[in-house]
Amino acid sequence: MLASGFKSAGLMARRGLAASAQARMASTLVLAEHAEGAIADSTLSVVSAAKAIGGDVTVLVAGADAAKIAEQAAKIDGVSSVLAAGDAAYDHGIAENITALLQSVQDSKSFSHILFAASNDGKNIMPRLGAKLDVQPVSDILEVLGEDTFKRPMYAGNAIATVKSSDSVKLASVRITNFDKAAAEGGSASVEEVSGPGDAGKTTWVADEVAKSDRPELTTADKIVSGGRGLKNGENFEMLYTLADKLGGGAVGASRAAVDAGYVPNELQIGQTGKIVAPGLYIAVGISGAIQHLAGMKDAKTIVCINKDPEAPIFQVSDIGLEADLFKAVPEMIEKL
Amino acid sequence: MKVFVAVKRTLDYAVKVRVKADKSAVDLANVKMSMNPFCEIACEEAVRLKEKKVAKEVIAVTVGPKAAQETLRTALAMGADRGIHVVTDMRHDTELQPLAVAKVLQALGAKESPDMYILGKQSIDGDNNQTGQMLAGLMDAPIAAFASEVSVDGDKVHVTREIDGGLQKIDLGLPAVVTADLRLNEPRYATLPNIMKAKKKKIEEIKAEDLGLSLEPHVQYTSVEDPPVRQAGIKVESVDEVISKLKETGVL
Repeated sequence: MLASGFKSAGLMARRGLAASAQARMASTLVLAEHAEGAIADSTLSVVSAAKAIGGDVTVLVAGADAAKIAEQAAKIDGVSSVLAAGDAAYDHGIAENITALLQSVQDSKSFSHILFAASNDGKNIMPRLGAKLDVQPVSDILEVLGEDTFKRPMYAGNAIATVKSSDSVKLASVRITNFDKAAAEGGSASVEEVSGPGDAGKTTWVADEVAKSDRPELTTADKIVSGGRGLKNGENFEMLYTLADKLGGGAVGASRAAVDAGYVPNELQIGQTGKIVAPGLYIAVGISGAIQHLAGMKDAKTIVCINKDPEAPIFQVSDIGLEADLFKAVPEMIEKL
Repeated sequence: MKVFVAVKRTLDYAVKVRVKADKSAVDLANVKMSMNPFCEIACEEAVRLKEKKVAKEVIAVTVGPKAAQETLRTALAMGADRGIHVVTDMRHDTELQPLAVAKVLQALGAKESPDMYILGKQSIDGDNNQTGQMLAGLMDAPIAAFASEVSVDGDKVHVTREIDGGLQKIDLGLPAVVTADLRLNEPRYATLPNIMKAKKKKIEEIKAEDLGLSLEPHVQYTSVEDPPVRQAGIKVESVDEVISKLKETGVL
C-alpha cells in the first residue's frame, strides 16, 4: 500500500528529522537463513514479504561465514543494505546469542519491522526478541495488507485472521510458501560489518544431526510425494523415493503417523506441527488426511491422492483421487511415467 | 528441583472449527474443550522428572477463564502436585496473547523460583509458538524449544531438539525453559483414582488484575474468516487416468 514515492520521506526520517512512529517510513530488517555457506531460499521469500511492506530492506547475516554469505545477500533483488556479523556464536541458531545481536542492531538502527522465516530457527528466535523489546510478534504471516496489518492462520489453518499490530516495531515470521522468492541476482546492496555481544554462555551447542540429501528441500520443492501409515513400514518408502525421481526429482514427505511409527525421520513430517509445504504437485499416498496434516499441504496447487478407503478425508481436498491399493498403484505409476 | 508446567485449555483437537457468521472470531460456544495436546506432553515430562526423583515438586499453571480449572485438575490427575490458576475472561485464542502469558508466568516464577519451566511448543488454537521463548527472554534464561528428549544432570539440562533438517543437541544451565515437541513422550491417561485424588490437591486462584501487569493485547484481531475452499476434485479409476489428467493440466 506504500509506493516507492515515499522513499525520500523515509530517508529524511532516518537522517534524524524527528519523526513519530506513525509518520516513519517502513524500514525492514530480515534475519537471513543460511546453510553450508549459502543463503537459503527461505530468505528470498522473506525479502519478498519485506518488499510488500514497503520501504528499505536490510538483511542481517550472522554466523562464522557471514562475510561470504553477505556477498550473496547483497545481490538479492530489492535489498538495500546487508549487515554481516561474523562470529561463530551465531551459528547453530542459539536463541540467546542471536537475539542479543538483533537487539543491539535494533538499538542502533531502529527498524520499523523485523522479519523472520517461519522456520524452526525463526520460531525459536523471534519471540525472544519480542519479549526483549516488549512487542507481541505476529506468527506465520500469509499476506501483507499494510504496514501494520497482516493475515495469519489459526486453528491449523481452519481460520484465517486479519491482525493489526499496535507495536512501534513490528515483528513477524513469514510463511515462506505464501511469498514468491525474490530474485537472487540483480541487487547491489552495500555490506556493513556489525557485531553484537557474542556468546551469552547460557547454552552449549553439542551436535547437530542433520540428514544429508540430494533431494530438494521439502519446504521449497515443486513436487512432493508423501506417505502415511498405509505404507506399513520404512522399506516401502523406497517406492515413494523412486516415484519422486520419476517425477523429475521431487521431495518425499510423511504424515505424523508414518513418523511416529518410525518409518521415516521426523524432519519429513508435513502438517500443523511439522513443515508447511505448497508445491505444484502433492501426491498423498496412504494418508487419510487428518486436519493436522491438511494444515501443512492444502495450499498445494494440485493434490493427488492414492488411498483404498473411499471415505478418507484426503479425497475432499484432492484434485485427482484414485481409490486403489497403493502397493499396486504406485509401482504401476512408476512404470508408466 | 522445582518444575513449573504451563497448561492451556483449548478447543479439542478433533473438533471441526466453526468461524462465526459475523467473522469476529471462532465460535467457542458449546464445543468440546481439552488440554492443549502439547501441554499434555509438557505435563507428562514434568511428572516423569518427578518420578525419576529429579523434580521434587511439579506446579501446574494456567491462565484462563474459570473453566480452565478443569485443565488444571487434569494436570493434577496426571501427577502435578498443586496448581496455580490465573483467572481472566480474555479470549484465549485472540485477546490473551503470548507476551501477556509469558509475563504472568514470569511473575509467578519470581515468587516460586522454579528451576525449570516446561511448556508445549504451541497451542493448537492460536498456533503462535511463542510463549516459552518469550518467557525465556523475559527471564534472560536459556531455552530449548521443540524438545524431543530431556535429561537433567546436576545443574545441566541435556536436550535434543527438533530443527529443520534433523535434530540438535544442546546443554542448558538452570533455570531453563523447555518447550515440548510431539515426540518428547506419550502422555499418560489420568486414572479414576488419580482423578479423585486430584480433587483434593490445592489450586491457588489469582485474579489476573491482581498481578499488576498489563495484559492488554498488542495485536488486534480485526476479523477471522474461513480459509478459501478448494474446488471439488474428481475421482478417477486408474493410474493411467491420473497420469493423463496431470499431463492435461500441465503439471507433468
